[in-house]
Amino acid sequence: MIELEVNGQRYELEAQVGRSLADVLRDDLGLIGTKVACGEGHCGACTVQLDGVPVLSCITLVHTVGPRRVTTIEGLRDHPLVDAFVAADALQCGFCTPGQIVTASALVAANPSPSKDEIRHAMAGNLCRCGTYPKIEEAISSWQG
Amino acid sequence: MARLIKTEKEVEGRYTEQWIVVDEDALDQWPEGPLEVVGREVPRIDGHDRARGLAGYTADVRLPGLLQAAVLRSPHARARVKSIDLSPALAADGVRAAVGPDDIEGLTDEPAYMGAAVAAVAADTFGAARAAIDLIDVEWEELEPLLDPDEAVKQGSLLDESVTYERGDFERGLAEADAVVEAEYRTQVVLHNSLETHQSIAHWEDGGLTIYISTQYIWGVRAAVAKQTGLPEDKVRVICLAMGGGFGSKNSPGDYTPIAIELAKRTGQPVRCALTRREENVAAGNRNATIQRITAAARADGTLTALGGEFVNAIGFSGWSSSTEGPMQMLYACENMRTVKHSAKLNLPPMAAFRAPGFVEGTFGLECLLDELAAKLDIDPLELRRRNYADSDRMDERPFSSKQLAECYRRAEPHWQRRNEVRASSSGPWKRGVGLASQIWYGGGGPPSYAWVRVGSNGHAQVVTAMQDIGTGSRTAMAQIAAEELGIPVDHVHVSLGDSARGPYATLSAGSSTIPSMGPATRSAAADAKRQILEIAAQRFNLEERVLDLKGGKIVSADGGAWELTEITGLLEDAQILGNGARGPNPTGMRVLTFGVQVAEVAVDVETGEVRVDKIVAIHDVGRVINALGASSQVEGGIIQGLGHTLSEERLVDPHTGRVLTQSLDAYKLPTIADVPEIVTDLVDVPDPHLTNLGAKGLGEPPIIPVAAAVANAIRDATGADVRSLPISREEMLKALREAEAKKRVPVGTASS
Repeated sequence: MIELEVNGQRYELEAQVGRSLADVLRDDLGLIGTKVACGEGHCGACTVQLDGVPVLSCITLVHTVGPRRVTTIEGLRDHPLVDAFVAADALQCGFCTPGQIVTASALVAANPSPSKDEIRHAMAGNLCRCGTYPKIEEAISSWQG
Repeated sequence: MARLIKTEKEVEGRYTEQWIVVDEDALDQWPEGPLEVVGREVPRIDGHDRARGLAGYTADVRLPGLLQAAVLRSPHARARVKSIDLSPALAADGVRAAVGPDDIEGLTDEPAYMGAAVAAVAADTFGAARAAIDLIDVEWEELEPLLDPDEAVKQGSLLDESVTYERGDFERGLAEADAVVEAEYRTQVVLHNSLETHQSIAHWEDGGLTIYISTQYIWGVRAAVAKQTGLPEDKVRVICLAMGGGFGSKNSPGDYTPIAIELAKRTGQPVRCALTRREENVAAGNRNATIQRITAAARADGTLTALGGEFVNAIGFSGWSSSTEGPMQMLYACENMRTVKHSAKLNLPPMAAFRAPGFVEGTFGLECLLDELAAKLDIDPLELRRRNYADSDRMDERPFSSKQLAECYRRAEPHWQRRNEVRASSSGPWKRGVGLASQIWYGGGGPPSYAWVRVGSNGHAQVVTAMQDIGTGSRTAMAQIAAEELGIPVDHVHVSLGDSARGPYATLSAGSSTIPSMGPATRSAAADAKRQILEIAAQRFNLEERVLDLKGGKIVSADGGAWELTEITGLLEDAQILGNGARGPNPTGMRVLTFGVQVAEVAVDVETGEVRVDKIVAIHDVGRVINALGASSQVEGGIIQGLGHTLSEERLVDPHTGRVLTQSLDAYKLPTIADVPEIVTDLVDVPDPHLTNLGAKGLGEPPIIPVAAAVANAIRDATGADVRSLPISREEMLKALREAEAKKRVPVGTASS
């Protein structure tokens, strides 16, 4: 039995040792906004925050989360970056977008007006095969926290 | 009236002749330029759902009792399965069924490439399925793979017969030339790597079969599954509500769909078969490698006298042979031509269409060679292209339905004129330069394609059609088109798509065809609904129908009268106005194509071989633009994929065993946000006067086509080095610089080539 705090909700659940946080979020808690695109920590689609820090949930073992607060895209649905992404057209197929927004929201929380280089540095681990990068940069730049 | 015609249908440059029933396109095109909604910047109508993680991708579908499949894929490039025993897998915990080579088509005991599917199991969890795959007892007999494309051509291992195309007299063209350039260009294998991997769920229910699948072609999957299972097509329902990218690789059911269907049948439970990322990098299709041995010849004034060459498509074990020679045949008005294409069949993973297949590769060769020719003739490369401008299609002498390439060149001029300034900004080891390349491609779409529009008592409209939005924003484009025609705000239009049981046939989303095929059908359906609304309004208000129109959410009359739309629709309570629309025919006897030019500014560190692209200006003619915002995103996305193709992406294979070495996203280098240059998009936005009721062509593919050539030409401008092989890694760049150095040292007149 493990305890998890996800988006302010406390959960108690059974999880086999070795399961990833991403799988538990998606399959046990039904939080399917977190996407798994590579399953080995290379693409960033599965990004969630632990105590506000972006981590790759597909290579985070659920038993290592402990008391840290998990924030997924479901906890950020009303974040102003969502509107900024849509207004700038910073998404195409949208499969990477929840992960992009989770990473970007951690960035602007730590640094409300990041420079272009700071945006590129923070976002470089979130791949987008559709190539929405210019619009992602625009969305984050345009949003004044 | 419906009309039966025999017509050419084009997808990705492949033409087939077929009978088609078309409805006459009775609507006049809208005037040129941005309208109320069409042509404006409209954020995607499903953007919030996607951004918030609410959109339901195939990967997110959860069904009661859903089992997970895993696939045993051949680790060998060529082998025979001497024996296979599934029973240890079947006995494992949680495993519900297993299938092997004898059970279904698509599983093989003679794998001819690494990644060919041999067996599969379904289990309660994906982990259990994967573990069970390792328990399958297989005895392989490894066989010698054929991996070299030139060797395959020599041995006659061909996917298709070689194709020779000739016009004029190639030899005479060479003889008449003042300058001839010959070179060998090579392009590599690149992988689509859509972030949602290829996958489907098969669910036998209600006496039929429901397939949830990440696909670019709902109706193609429906037909293929009906054929596989023997079910009537209407017993097969195919659903794809949101889709995580395809780029050409998801046009068919693949091997995973038949596997899921059979395992679901055997277990009586729904089964998901989803590729892992590593399977995706091996078995999900690729852009095949090419070798292009090409020649260009011209008179001193730049007039091309001959173009030709030998093209080898290194295709892998299956797929199809795209037109790598197409740009050479179509882009310029050259009288004398001879191209030969060989389609090498190799023991390597299959080719699948990838965003402008053939033309991306062929444009790299052709447009670089043209710059080599320009240098030899000492003619400005843009001027050389203008002097060889094609006024009609030289393949079959048909007029173009529209061609704004000259306007693209005109708009490129100021960006091109920057090259002295850019060159002069070189400093230290960083040499800077500017290059350009032209683009030609298909993108006209075609019939059949249908849409329905229903208008309810609240005056809102719903577009219903079983097309798919693969991430390009076609859902939003349909809403804009219906809103424009009905004179209502775009947020009063909803779009239902992605389900073959809910709506009529729609085209596949490939070949830049969704908007030019589906857009006119949607407009036609909206116009049918509008006509009915005006007929009812005319009766209600005792006015002639011809004086009425729909504008700004109101019914307006020529004499200044205005009534809320709901005054009419509201009369109807639960009744609905139902509009029916179809895509009309393509213009007879004309060639419908897209055009463009891109200008690249690059910096090359001649000491390290690092290439940095600073800026790309993309100017394209795709007819009318529907969504200016989404269109700029398509252009940026195409260019960024093109930059990956140009600079970093390459599927590597062990040259002895044929095993794929780049299976994960740390080994296969996709572009990141840090790799993106400044991108300037400029779309000519003039409707094609001959094409449908919209005059809109497709935009998905054109922007990726000229990227590699524009960058390579800019590198030549910066450094004098000819890069003739993709990707332009540092190693490749340094090699080209060394060759350029060596060429400079050889006294003029003694060079061997």
